[in-house]
Amino acid sequence: MGVGLNPFVIMIAAALTSNMILSNFLGMCSFIAVSRDLKTANGLGLAVTFVLTFTSVLNHFVYYYVLVPLGLEYLRFIVFIVVIAAFVQLLEMVIDRFSPALYISLGIFLPLITVNCAILGGVLFMIIRDYSAMQGLLFGFGSGAGWWLAIIALAAIRGRLREKDIPPQLNGTGITLIIIGIMAMAFIGFSGMVPVR
Amino acid sequence: MIAEVMVTIVVISGIAAVLSALLNLSDALVNNYGRVKVTINKKREIEVDGGATLLSTLASEKIFVPSACGGKGSCGLCKVRVLTDIGPVFPTEITYLNKEEAESGVRLSCQIKVKKDTNIEIPEELFNIGEFKARVISLCDVTYDIKELNLMLEKDIEFKAGQYVQLIVPPYDKIRESTMRAYSISSPPFQRKVIQLLVRLVPNGAATTYIHKHMKKDEQLTILGSFGEFYLRESSADIIFVAGGSGMAPIKSIVQEMLRTGIERETYFFFGARGVADLMYTELFRRVEADHEHFHYVPALSAPEEDSDWKGDTGLITDVLDSYLTRQGDREREAYLCGSPGMIEACVNSVLKKHGVQEDMIFFDKFG
Repeated sequence: MGVGLNPFVIMIAAALTSNMILSNFLGMCSFIAVSRDLKTANGLGLAVTFVLTFTSVLNHFVYYYVLVPLGLEYLRFIVFIVVIAAFVQLLEMVIDRFSPALYISLGIFLPLITVNCAILGGVLFMIIRDYSAMQGLLFGFGSGAGWWLAIIALAAIRGRLREKDIPPQLNGTGITLIIIGIMAMAFIGFSGMVPVR
Repeated sequence: MIAEVMVTIVVISGIAAVLSALLNLSDALVNNYGRVKVTINKKREIEVDGGATLLSTLASEKIFVPSACGGKGSCGLCKVRVLTDIGPVFPTEITYLNKEEAESGVRLSCQIKVKKDTNIEIPEELFNIGEFKARVISLCDVTYDIKELNLMLEKDIEFKAGQYVQLIVPPYDKIRESTMRAYSISSPPFQRKVIQLLVRLVPNGAATTYIHKHMKKDEQLTILGSFGEFYLRESSADIIFVAGGSGMAPIKSIVQEMLRTGIERETYFFFGARGVADLMYTELFRRVEADHEHFHYVPALSAPEEDSDWKGDTGLITDVLDSYLTRQGDREREAYLCGSPGMIEACVNSVLKKHGVQEDMIFFDKFG
């Protein structure tokens, strides 16, 4: 499906037209829970981008150099999850030990996304669409950046809503879901821009 | 076929082994903070391997801080106070902490790691919640529908006067599952081995029917405790206790505890009942009243029996409370109410608020 496509086109497509959260609805849990504060949302977005980029490449190699030669493609779900979890844990420990400043801005978010479905979803898309390693790298980065963009936008909107008079029954998750719906519709506007899914 | 299965197993185990070896290695090299001491509420000290989150460290020591999301930082329930300086509040915590909490060292225990000796404070009741085996040592009627139940515990229980325990009632008759019900402790907290509960027979109530009709002396039970926010606050305001029926239980415990610490505050105990037959522990409270000039016991009967020579207050508890408060005039008061939801709402909404008792000075324990 993705054979021969320019990796940069794939990256733009992943960030905008098939946005991880607003078109594919992946990573919803932390998207709603951590979008209350702009700074926090920014940190989580950064972490998702970082992890998605690296796990895409990592799993690309695990899939094509271990699972495919052995004919064990059907094991990919469990293997991907394990690789992601281990990578995230490892990264978190290293950052925590060696860079307290980076830990506060990035490391602390890592455990939150160990089992984030956006990460696994990104990796699986990459496999299903037969991306090359380079395409996978930029696809992972693009997907993460798209998720990052969406959570910053949502956090900014929620920040504005704080002073607004919202019916109490809708306040909180209710109004957030409505906003996400409207944001998803707005992102459909990008769909003509890049001719791939 | 077999070969394929074997290959699968080998590959999965191989990948898992490589990754866990990596993790273990880095856990040992990078995440190694040695043995650290965690001191809880200045009372208990636990020694643990550093590097894990505080939430999981405490859980491994069987101290369960509530957490609905399981450590993902999305529920904000696992708050504890950290007295040692362990660095700034993380961005993942900040949305769940208000200004006062952030300033007083409250943190989310799922987000912070134990890396050095740490002093923490957790709500006392979390510390005290435990499972106790109990033996029924006596069961007697205090009125026609309320029983006093005394339980001997296998080990000491710690609680604040006014708190409650959960009693697990075994299956009986047509009730196939064990039921759990909350009962306030009516004995004072300095009595740690034997606790007393007051149980009113609720028509068709699963647990109360069992206690009234089936429970026998020397029976073994299980209780969980202690829970609840209904306990006496420190202040200098007058104390207004209002109870109906078995709602007397936590207040009896509080009053008995006050006997030990001394009754310095002006204290009124309004006890609402229908008739003389509903009164209980009258002698106890009359004696307290006789011995302490600041304690006043005001039983009020809404429908005294015709043949009784009742000389005390008559009328609904709300009316009696209202007339006493009106007579006393304007005073700073703290109110503690325990009984049926109807009684509590009526007292709070139509009497206490009218007499200017602040909402944050009203505490209640509603019987569901």
